[in-house]
Amino acid sequence: MRLLTGNDLRTGAVTWWTGNDWSLHVEDAVDVTGTEDEIARREEAARRVNAPYAIDASLHQGRPRPSHIKDRVRALGPTVRPDLTLKPADPDIGSWVI
Amino acid sequence: MYRYDQYDQAMVDARVEEFRDQTRRRLEGRLTEDQFKPLRLMNGLYLQLHAYMLRVAIPYGTLDSRQMHMLADIADKYDRGYGHFTTRQNIQYNWIKLEDAGDILADLASVEMHAIQTSGNCIRNISSDHFAGAAADEVVDPRPYAELLRQWSSFHPEFSYLPRKFKIAVIASDTDRAAMRLHDIGIQIVRNEADELGAAFYVGGGMGRTPMIAPCINAFVPLDRMVTYAEAALRVYNRHGRRDNKYKARIKILVHELGAEEYTRQVEEEFAHLLGQGVEPPFAELERIRGYFEDPLFEDGLSAELDRSDPDFALWVDRNTIAHKAPGYVSAVISLKPVGGIPGDATAEQMHLMADLARDYSFDELRVMHTQNIVLPHVRKADLHALWTALEAAGLGSPNLDTIEDIIACPGLDYCSLANARSIPVAQKISERFAANGKTEALGQLKLKISGCINACGHHHAGHIGILGVDKKGVENYQLLLGGSEAEDVSLAKITGPGFDEAGIVDAVETAADVYLRERQDGERFLDTYRRIGMTPFKEALYG
Repeated sequence: MRLLTGNDLRTGAVTWWTGNDWSLHVEDAVDVTGTEDEIARREEAARRVNAPYAIDASLHQGRPRPSHIKDRVRALGPTVRPDLTLKPADPDIGSWVI
Repeated sequence: MYRYDQYDQAMVDARVEEFRDQTRRRLEGRLTEDQFKPLRLMNGLYLQLHAYMLRVAIPYGTLDSRQMHMLADIADKYDRGYGHFTTRQNIQYNWIKLEDAGDILADLASVEMHAIQTSGNCIRNISSDHFAGAAADEVVDPRPYAELLRQWSSFHPEFSYLPRKFKIAVIASDTDRAAMRLHDIGIQIVRNEADELGAAFYVGGGMGRTPMIAPCINAFVPLDRMVTYAEAALRVYNRHGRRDNKYKARIKILVHELGAEEYTRQVEEEFAHLLGQGVEPPFAELERIRGYFEDPLFEDGLSAELDRSDPDFALWVDRNTIAHKAPGYVSAVISLKPVGGIPGDATAEQMHLMADLARDYSFDELRVMHTQNIVLPHVRKADLHALWTALEAAGLGSPNLDTIEDIIACPGLDYCSLANARSIPVAQKISERFAANGKTEALGQLKLKISGCINACGHHHAGHIGILGVDKKGVENYQLLLGGSEAEDVSLAKITGPGFDEAGIVDAVETAADVYLRERQDGERFLDTYRRIGMTPFKEALYG
């Protein structure tokens, strides 16, 4: 599957395309295979997201998991600062990234 | 230290307003990202993995307590309560909002700081010896010359769009504490036999994917021609440096391909041409700048004695203080490398504390080291115990300068969009391993440097032990290198062989350290032993 991601124009936060909006949480992302370029153009023009691009992903326990470690780090936050990640209380999150 | 004059302040203030307007137009959709990107990069604003990142220039690593307090305030007000001190003596904030960028730059300008030329293909922040003005071995304080070059290179219209970024270091002692020969231009202020000061120019060094050691192209340029010579060196590069291939665009490639002799010939020709053009600033300007770098009023007759009855304090003194030119004083290094910590990171509270300690104990001055620590350059020995006590209480008292726990690490894949592998977790695990196995003391000076990609921000080529993180089919992999040095005995590290996974690289570092402990002779550092016995014993131990 393909996910569309970018950074919020104002805050720079990592965001994921949910089908009709952007979310901070990768588990909200939807498969955009075949439509990624059109959505990226439209959303960038709408100034909601900065430099959107599509990535490869797969389903992991029913939820999208980016294929490449770089995108998984983006989805979570810095692995060395669990207090700053989106899931600071999840003890399994390290294995999800690596 | 240098203070802005009306021109400096006006230039920086004008740039703040200019960027505030550019940011507003971007947010309003009147600039596309393609249009805006070069503008934000000129002001040090990157887009990294998780957010915008702002890199703030700290000229030649020198700042006062007022400025350090402001850096802490910015961390608190606009970021997430911390900052990261870098290998170019700068500071980076990792969680900046675009809409705050103008306000941050205005706050910086209020304490004579900025983020100009901390990115882009221009002359970057000029680095120097972090013990400048304090070191017993320097010919002269190199910072006035670095400041003159900073002023010359700021907004230099001819050098704002070079083929690639350009880094200059200025030192003034034979001991190189600034990796001078691994810069695009390294300048060493020297004194000749006639007791005149001049500048030795080393051009074409660098790390990155093609590491090179800069050759000396002129051993003595009179100081009243130093800027003109730098201009000539840049002009030849700007004219002939490759713009068709970013991987071959640095000046080191030009110098290598032309040959140092031919490059030097062209520089000398350009220099002769420029001498009549009035490029050099009036010598009075250098004298004016030099006036800002007069020694503080050191006390006479101070005792050199220390109460060393507390062994923890004595260890910190032995490891983290450096001889000073003034009797009764030392330079004290504040380690930003606690065991298991993130190299170079400091919280806002720690920055405020360091600022207060600089005010109380170091004539209001701090330095950022390229090794990602902080220096209080002028501390009375009599104040060391009080200083250490305050540092200890704040988690800043690690006694590990130049040991295997004093690791340089780039932000790596945890923050950087260019990185291929994480650097910080490897640094954390290595420092934890050696703190636990008790070998740090026995290993003595052992400089370990980690980069998360080939760009080498973590200086892995120059590590006694270097680690380079790579992407091996989507999995982090770490190459081990041995034998590098960024000091006056400069050398480039060599790869040992196949790489290791994250756990394996920690074991590999310990294996290499054990080879040293087994093979060393009296007085040898790790680097000395490696140079004597070569790579083979290390490879045998690593790959058997």
